[in-house]
Amino acid sequence: MGGVRTAGDLVLRMQLSHKMKIDEAKKFVAEKLNVTLEELCDVVTMSEVREELGLGLAHVEPCAEANIGMEAKFKIAELLGIKINSVERFKERAGMK
Amino acid sequence: MQDKKYFTRMGDGSIVHMTEAEIREDMKAGMEDAVMRGKIDPLTDEEFEHLYSIITMPGTIVGVEPGMQIVTTSDSGSDKINTKCGIPVDRAVNAMLHERILGCDSVDIGFSDYNYKTVKGVAKREATVLKHALNRTTMPLFYGAMPNLGFYTKPDGPVDNWAVLLPEGKIKESLAAQEEAVEHAVRDIVYVAEQMNDVGADGINLDTSGAAGDADFLVSLKATEAIKERFPDLNVEIGMAGEFVLGMHGKLKYDDTRLAGLYPHKQVKLAEKAGASIFGPVVNTNCNMTFPWNMARVCTFIKACTAVAEIPVHANTGMGVCGVPMCENLPGDIVSRVDKALVEICKIDGL
Repeated sequence: MGGVRTAGDLVLRMQLSHKMKIDEAKKFVAEKLNVTLEELCDVVTMSEVREELGLGLAHVEPCAEANIGMEAKFKIAELLGIKINSVERFKERAGMK
Repeated sequence: MQDKKYFTRMGDGSIVHMTEAEIREDMKAGMEDAVMRGKIDPLTDEEFEHLYSIITMPGTIVGVEPGMQIVTTSDSGSDKINTKCGIPVDRAVNAMLHERILGCDSVDIGFSDYNYKTVKGVAKREATVLKHALNRTTMPLFYGAMPNLGFYTKPDGPVDNWAVLLPEGKIKESLAAQEEAVEHAVRDIVYVAEQMNDVGADGINLDTSGAAGDADFLVSLKATEAIKERFPDLNVEIGMAGEFVLGMHGKLKYDDTRLAGLYPHKQVKLAEKAGASIFGPVVNTNCNMTFPWNMARVCTFIKACTAVAEIPVHANTGMGVCGVPMCENLPGDIVSRVDKALVEICKIDGL
């Protein structure tokens, strides 16, 4: 799907955590992001959506919205309502939980 | 006037030109081979025609409609740039390249000697690499390796070599050696999984499962079960080595199902039972047959697998599997046709 260029990483997270088949996973993520299935796979639309929500991008800008890596995964876990292992470990080791 | 000939390839990647009649004849034979071996349904007439149109479609690269794209997982993904291209790049950096340049949906961190027995000795060091990558990437990251049961035999491993015992007629000893190796391999995989869970891996990839036969596949199933029991948030992908499980042991069972001889539509049900999140079926590419023969066979097998699967199915489409030719540098014309057929006809959930 293009990973962080679109929403491939988010769809794969739903396959992993909830064993969702591809159509169900795409529909779930599209609803969370309020985009169509076509837009979900579109690099132009999704770059804007991801920047706005801080979900991580394929390009890096030194601004507050251009999250990448761990900070983006915090937001993804919250958006999708899932547990992300590396986020949980980060919280544990940073004394946040 | 001569019949029009279409550009396609053999299973080894070499170019061949075929008429419509030749393509259809090979497709029919490939499909019938899958039906006979797997005891599964053939493609419908509509699916058969759709596959024919994909095989003969103009253009070097073909694709799916916008919105129909699917996701990808990998095996030894983060090490391919190093080992296959000879470009020395740290694997954590490699993961970032896969994310931000190649646009992958996930990648796995794996050791260059891609098996759990080898990794066991350096598991904590491997976890450090994964931790660096997890801190810097957004997409899901797996730790991957092969169960590779053959590595547990003497002189390198602890058990007698069943491939030596079998020709000597030592059947009981051969079976016992395989059963003992299963226990060693499961223990090693769960140990490695523990280290990867400790740094926050999104998943464990049990790649090329069944490479050493039914005992090897049993390792993946038992290891998956153990991982899910101990680390419920650590997800497991089981990827297969071949289209059917070789009966090197022959009597091994999981969930009362004999493993020897299982094809993808039966394998996936056991992967589900064990607790896997994703199943990666394989159909072997026959180098001596044409792409139309191979792809019709692939579609028949994989369609039967996705039809019964309740978990996502990521078809393996690397070199020499699922219709992809057996050659080092893969031709995009065939690979894109494989992907399109798997998405549109077989309804796969990922690659």
